[in-house]
Amino acid sequence: MERVPVLKIGDILLVSIQLDMEDQTALQLQEDLADRIVATGCHGVIIDITALDIVDSFVGRMLSTIAAISKVLDAETVVVGMRPAVAITLVELGLSLNGIRTALNVERGMELIAASREETDDWAVDLDEADPGQAATST
Amino acid sequence: MALDAAQGSRLAGLLGDHAEQIVKRWADSVAVSLRGRLSQAELQSQVRELHRALLVALEGDGRELHAESAGELRAVLSELSRSRARRGFTATETAVSVFALKDIVLETMSAGGGAEQNLRDFVAYSALIDQLGLFTFESYAKAREELIADQAEQLLELSTPVVKLWEGVVAVPLVGTLDSARAQVVMERLLQTLVDTGSPYAIIDITGVPAVDTQVAQHILKTVVAARLMGADCIISGIRPQIAQTIVALGIEFGDIATKASLADALRHVLKLTGVDAARRNARRES
Repeated sequence: MERVPVLKIGDILLVSIQLDMEDQTALQLQEDLADRIVATGCHGVIIDITALDIVDSFVGRMLSTIAAISKVLDAETVVVGMRPAVAITLVELGLSLNGIRTALNVERGMELIAASREETDDWAVDLDEADPGQAATST
Repeated sequence: MALDAAQGSRLAGLLGDHAEQIVKRWADSVAVSLRGRLSQAELQSQVRELHRALLVALEGDGRELHAESAGELRAVLSELSRSRARRGFTATETAVSVFALKDIVLETMSAGGGAEQNLRDFVAYSALIDQLGLFTFESYAKAREELIADQAEQLLELSTPVVKLWEGVVAVPLVGTLDSARAQVVMERLLQTLVDTGSPYAIIDITGVPAVDTQVAQHILKTVVAARLMGADCIISGIRPQIAQTIVALGIEFGDIATKASLADALRHVLKLTGVDAARRNARRES
């Protein structure tokens, strides 16, 4: 069975889907990805679908599931590189991939994750500053 | 309505014997109806060609226009109608070129002395010429339709430019009525441009759209959702007061899609989004 490689770049896991997804491949990918997120402690997942010609409801649901799993493990998922034809088809099918963030290419996706990490980091810092007593006790 | 064999050969004889005279009279009478918009020489050659093709058809077995041997005649007729249609002549002016033959045949026949048989012949000839005339009408209409289809396609190409407004910002100024075919072209172009330029923002300007109904709104919404799926944000601008009222009256919901009154406002909005991002990032780096 073919497997989709999961690459680690800094704080981000990059998944580039280069083959047609079958049920088994998709399930394997979900499992691999969950394992890698936990093992590496990464906070961002980028799924590159530039090579996908067809995104049907099955692949759409797989993307949603991966996004949900990553979220539970505190990692942000961004789907990048969707082709115009694929986007048009999805819209015509009425699939809007709710809950998935998208970006035009891998670079933009990395920027997006970096930006959202900064926001949450800031929030954490603000919280620490606002309540230094709790921060002291927790350490 | 077709000629019988004897009539066919008699007509062929008539046309062949007085060839020069007939072509000249024919060209003259057509020239009158076209009021000099076609040069005499050109008319002469067109008529001569028609005359020759008709003779060929009659001498063969082509007493019916749909017969095989009348193929050349059909080709000459449709070429004639096509060229007239493209040069802006009316359908009547085109058909008259064929119908003029009737008068000339009648003249030539009566010059040769009248008899009862001549009358019957003439009715048959004139039925044939009517057929030719109708054929030119059809060819003319077909040529015109092709012309219109070509123009519609050119219009489609012309009227959907995607322009780059700023680094990372593209805009589509929509002009004219938005039907399904055009909406599709606009959507494809916009999405392709987003990929090519890597722009995360797109502005759809509808200043030039005369009316927005539920269908047009649906097309615009689909484009926006597709762009979002690809990771780009769309802003709709150029909503005129009447259109805003129509949109509300029709109950169209744009949801969380940003709408602006003018293209300038939309651009300012986008620049603010990107500018603030950049400013914040720089500030963070410094601190």
